[in-house]
Amino acid sequence: MIEVTGLSKRYGTYLAVENVNFSISKGEVVGFLGPNGAGKSTIMNILTGYLSLTQGTVTVDGFNVIDNPEDVKKRIGYLPEIPPLYIDMTVKEYLNFIYDLKKVKFPKTAHIDEVMRLVQIDHVKGRLIKNLSKGYRQRVGFAQALIGNPDVLILDEPTVGLDPKQIIEIRNLIAKLGKNHTIILSSHILSEIQAVCKRVIIINKGEIIADDTPEALSAKLSSDRSLTARIVCSEEEMLAALKTVKGVKSVVCLGSKEKGSYDFAITPMENADVRAAVFERVSERGRTLLSLADNSLSLEQVFLRLTEQDNSEARRMLGNLEEVLEEAEQNDLDEDASETKEEVEE
Amino acid sequence: MRAIFKRELKAYFSTPVGFLVLAAYYFFLGIYFSLIYSAGSPDVSMIFMAMVTIIVFTMPLITMRLMSEDRRQKVDQVLLTSPVKLSGIVLGKFFAALTLFCIGLVPTVIFEMIVASKVTVNFMSFLYPLLGTVLLGGALIAIGMFISSLTESAVISAILTLVVNFLAIYMSTFASMITVPESATNIFGKLWAKIVELFVLVLNKAAFITVFESFDSNIFSIENVIYFLSIIVAFVFLSVRSLEKRRWS
Repeated sequence: MIEVTGLSKRYGTYLAVENVNFSISKGEVVGFLGPNGAGKSTIMNILTGYLSLTQGTVTVDGFNVIDNPEDVKKRIGYLPEIPPLYIDMTVKEYLNFIYDLKKVKFPKTAHIDEVMRLVQIDHVKGRLIKNLSKGYRQRVGFAQALIGNPDVLILDEPTVGLDPKQIIEIRNLIAKLGKNHTIILSSHILSEIQAVCKRVIIINKGEIIADDTPEALSAKLSSDRSLTARIVCSEEEMLAALKTVKGVKSVVCLGSKEKGSYDFAITPMENADVRAAVFERVSERGRTLLSLADNSLSLEQVFLRLTEQDNSEARRMLGNLEEVLEEAEQNDLDEDASETKEEVEE
Repeated sequence: MRAIFKRELKAYFSTPVGFLVLAAYYFFLGIYFSLIYSAGSPDVSMIFMAMVTIIVFTMPLITMRLMSEDRRQKVDQVLLTSPVKLSGIVLGKFFAALTLFCIGLVPTVIFEMIVASKVTVNFMSFLYPLLGTVLLGGALIAIGMFISSLTESAVISAILTLVVNFLAIYMSTFASMITVPESATNIFGKLWAKIVELFVLVLNKAAFITVFESFDSNIFSIENVIYFLSIIVAFVFLSVRSLEKRRWS
C-alpha cells in the first residue's frame, strides 16, 4: 500500500530525514516512535504531499506522490499534529467544507453524521470550533481525516494534549478503525504505540533504527526485571542481607533518598521472582520495607535514552539491551526524579 | 475550488471584515451619488474615479488574511493535502475576494437605473468604467493575495499591500516628480537622459490610474483590459508558486 524508498528531506542545510526505507501493506497499523524532532512529522508530511522530498520515492497504492499527488491525496486522511481547523466555523460547517474540498461521493448528510457519531462530536456540531476544548478540537480534526473514508489514515500524535479518558477513547477508535484501514500513527510514547499498533518503526534523528512488532521490541526492552526497594536500615547490613536472598543476582545501593532509609537496586536471576523473598528477608531482619517497585516501568526512559544516542550506537544497544539497562540504571536512577518531571512537562 | 470559494466568501461575513468593507463602500458611494445627483449631472461613472482612494484603503482589509491566516492557523495542511490543485485553492480565494468587491459595487447599478429612469443615458459610458473598476479591483486583489501568501502575519500583509497598491496606482504622480536631465553633450549623459525618460514613460503608462482613466472614454480599448488581466494572471500565478515554494523549502 505504501512504499518508501531512499527517502531524504533536507531543510536548507539541515538533513531532517535521511535515507528512510519502509513498506506498509494494506490493513497494517504501524506506529512511528521517536522523540520530538526525530523526523516523524516530516515523513508524514511528505507521505501526505504537504512537503516535497529531496530524494527517494514515495508511492501510495501504486501512485507516486510527486507525479500523481491528487491520486495519493484522495487515498489519505491526515490528522496533523495541530488539527487544521477554521476556528470561526461551526463543526458542521467545517466538515461540510472538508466534504466539498475532498470531492467526496458518498451521500453528504449521512456520511458526515456517521463520521461525527464515530468520533462522538455529534452533540457539539452546532458550536463554533473556537469555543471547543482541546480534546474536542482534536476529535474534529480526526473527523476531518475520516471524511471520504480514505483507505490510509495518517495520524500525527493523535492523543497529545488529551486527558486520560480521551486518550483511551481515541485509542479505542484507532483500534476500531484499524480493522479496515491502513493506519500510520506517530507518538513519542511507547505504551501508546504498544496499545494499538501491530508494528513499530523507531525513528531517531531522521533515520529508522528499528522496525519490528511491539512484542519483539518489548521482549528486547523488557529484559529489565530489576526491582527498586526502599528500606529503613543501614546500608551495609542490608546489602549483605539482600545478596544472599535466593534468586538474587546482584544488589546495588542507590544511596539514601528519604531520611533514614536506603534504596537498593535488586537484579534477579533469569526468570526468578524474588519479591516475596525480599520482603521476607527484610522483615526477618526486623527492618521496614517502605516500597518495592518494578523497574520495568522505566522502559520509557530507556527508550528515550536509546534515542538520545548516536543511531549506530542505538542499534547496537537494541542488540544487547541488557547491558545497556544495567549501564543506564547506574547513571539514571539519580536523575530519575528530574527526568520524570521533564517528561510531565513535555 | 468551489468549496474554497464558498468558505472564503462566508468567512468575510463570519467576522466584521466583510460588513466593514461593504459599509465603507456603500457609505461613500451614497455620498458621491447624492452629490452628483443633486448637482444635476446624469453621469454616474464619475463615482468610480472618486472611489479609487476608498478602494486602495479598503483593499488590505479584503486581502490581508486571504493566505496568511491559513498558514498561521496551520489550516494550509488540510488544504494542501486534499485532492485539490494549488491553482484551485488560489483561484477560489481570488474569486471570493473579487465577489466581495463586486458586491460593494452593486449600488452603482441601482444609481444608474435611477438616473436612467429620469433621463436618457448612454449605458456604455457607465459599463466601461464599471468594467475598469472591477478589473482594477481584481488586479489589486491579486497583488494583495500574493503579498498575503508571503507572510504569516495579517498586519504585515495589510501594510505591505497598502504601500504596494498605492504605488501601483499612483506611480504616475511620482513620475512627475522626476526631472529628466538636460541633454548632455557626451554619450553617457545622453544615454542617462534617455534611460530616465524611458523610466518616466513606463511609470506614466503602467500606473493603474492611467489605465483606469482610459476606461472612462466611450471607446473600448482591449489593451487596457489585457493589461489588468495580465496583472491578475501574473499575481495569481505568483501566489501559486509561493504556495508551491513552501513545500520545497
